[in-house]
Amino acid sequence: MASLSETVGVADPTEQDYLWTLNFGPQHPATHTTLRIVLKLDGERVVDAIPDIGYLHSGFEKIGEHLDYNQYVTVTDRMNYISPMANNVAWHHAVETLAGIEITPRCKYVRVIVAELARISDHLLSTGAMGLDVGAFTFFLYAFYMREKIYDIFETLCGARFTNSYTRVGGVMHDITPLVIEKIRSFLDEAPKTFGDMQRLVNRNRIFIDRMKGVGVLTQEEAVRYCATGPVARASGVTRDLRKDEPYLAYEDFDFDVCCARAGDCFARYYVRMAEMLESVSIVQQALENLPAGPIDVGPEDRMALPTKEQVYQTIEGTITHFELTMSNRGFEVPNDESYAAIESPNGELGFYLVGDGSDVAYRARCRPPSFIHFSVFPYLIRGHTLSDVVAVLGSLNIIAAELDR
Amino acid sequence: MKSDDPAIRWIEEPKLGMAGKTYLSLFVHGMTTTVKHLTKSVAGKDVTVSYPDEEPQIGNPLIYRGVHRLNKDQQGRVKCVACFLCATACPAHCIDILADESPWPDREKYPESFTIDELRCIYCGMCEEACPVDAIELTSLYNLTGRSREEMIFDKEKLLSVFDETIETEQMKSADLGGTV
Ligand code: SF4
Ligand code: SF4
Repeated sequence: MASLSETVGVADPTEQDYLWTLNFGPQHPATHTTLRIVLKLDGERVVDAIPDIGYLHSGFEKIGEHLDYNQYVTVTDRMNYISPMANNVAWHHAVETLAGIEITPRCKYVRVIVAELARISDHLLSTGAMGLDVGAFTFFLYAFYMREKIYDIFETLCGARFTNSYTRVGGVMHDITPLVIEKIRSFLDEAPKTFGDMQRLVNRNRIFIDRMKGVGVLTQEEAVRYCATGPVARASGVTRDLRKDEPYLAYEDFDFDVCCARAGDCFARYYVRMAEMLESVSIVQQALENLPAGPIDVGPEDRMALPTKEQVYQTIEGTITHFELTMSNRGFEVPNDESYAAIESPNGELGFYLVGDGSDVAYRARCRPPSFIHFSVFPYLIRGHTLSDVVAVLGSLNIIAAELDR
Repeated sequence: MKSDDPAIRWIEEPKLGMAGKTYLSLFVHGMTTTVKHLTKSVAGKDVTVSYPDEEPQIGNPLIYRGVHRLNKDQQGRVKCVACFLCATACPAHCIDILADESPWPDREKYPESFTIDELRCIYCGMCEEACPVDAIELTSLYNLTGRSREEMIFDKEKLLSVFDETIETEQMKSADLGGTV
């Protein structure tokens, strides 16, 4: 890599004693959570940025060694709290990979639906908050109204707006009801209109473009080197999307495009996110039209999925499985094995590396959070730009501290 | 994916023509959108729920995860048989049960005391899922408030009183599934 002074055209920071050190965060409205960045400023120009992490460290991975495979889903809610549903899906995708469970087609479709709705809500908030940070407040409000609709759908589906904890080993908490389907349909009708409104506000707005274009450019080569994934990588021209590359759940059945851009700047990242939301709307639409009938979970026979209340009361198999799985000295049986499984979460590749030791809790539950990787790109992106660009770049990367620190 | 995969849509950013550079016409463009939304809300189609004057609609009260209640059977006795499954399933470890020999002939144990720390609870619903006799359920009460921490630790009496409060509007969830009554 070229030395710092060559890349940004300013003198080497070690030779300059007039550089000003600015603490950005951990409490700052534009960091959205508790992130700290130590900025070295030459006037208004950022010479260097040192991300300092750990302010929201909550030991989530350690908790994963104490909570069983169903209970831990409540913790994944709190990792990337702007799209908890996607985390739920990722966690149980990993658990099922480890235990070798093949979930039912209906469950796959329902998980695709909730994961894509989570993608829309995530992108709405991340683009909205980015708009907010650069001064487009109305844009944020339109986005949040749509997000509210998704909250409402999730509340009807699983009983909680925010901390969904929806998936379970081998199935989900509640099957999707006609009321939910109706709500999703009305959301799908309305969403593209709102996206249109949002885009009309800023897409060709000179102020927005001036603040976004050419700021925080991540080249394709660097994106690959830093292991960036998701919209951040796709905006830099990296054609990678786990939904197409390593299809999981039922993504093979759907017809959708992967949205990529070449510029790699903040504006491209914004644009990729906006385009992805429309693709997600189409995926949800296809999934709803072709929702397979049949059971939502794998059934009590394998002793892996919690039976429904109906099965507990009416079948002996259900009752036994219920007690077997819930009692403290029994529980899930997983092989002594390790596995890594990832999904394309709204933010990028979200994977869990699990080591099973035969008991009902994981020996190790490691999470590969996209935010962590993207935050490490941040200094590279911001060098040479001005202080006010910090919020634009941060917003376009969509860093979630809870997921980053775990 | 290869970069020439047909499933890839390369996004072209909009060109800012003369109109964009002069700013004014696009300002009008954006303003039109804003005014359109403004007229909608002035006409009464606003989307804000003015809580607490207006109660928010709960999507599905049967599924909603709010304050707990301890169900009673037809004779008014607590349904719980002190099996500790809910306490085991709880990821937040906020249920505390003291079991005692039951005074009734149809079961062995009953909870002498049953406490849930509502502040520690994360409302995940796993206790309800785990209970084999439908004794513990989450209601659709969402506006739980208290003036002190002690007040938010619900004991058996309090949990049973939540049942009396809510049973009119919310039936027991799986009475028709063959569960105990
Ligand atoms: S809702 Fe969850 S956290 Fe609360 S008592 Fe029940 S199991 Fe525990
Ligand atoms: S509430 Fe249900 S699960 Fe909990 S101890 Fe009582 S009977 Fe068992």
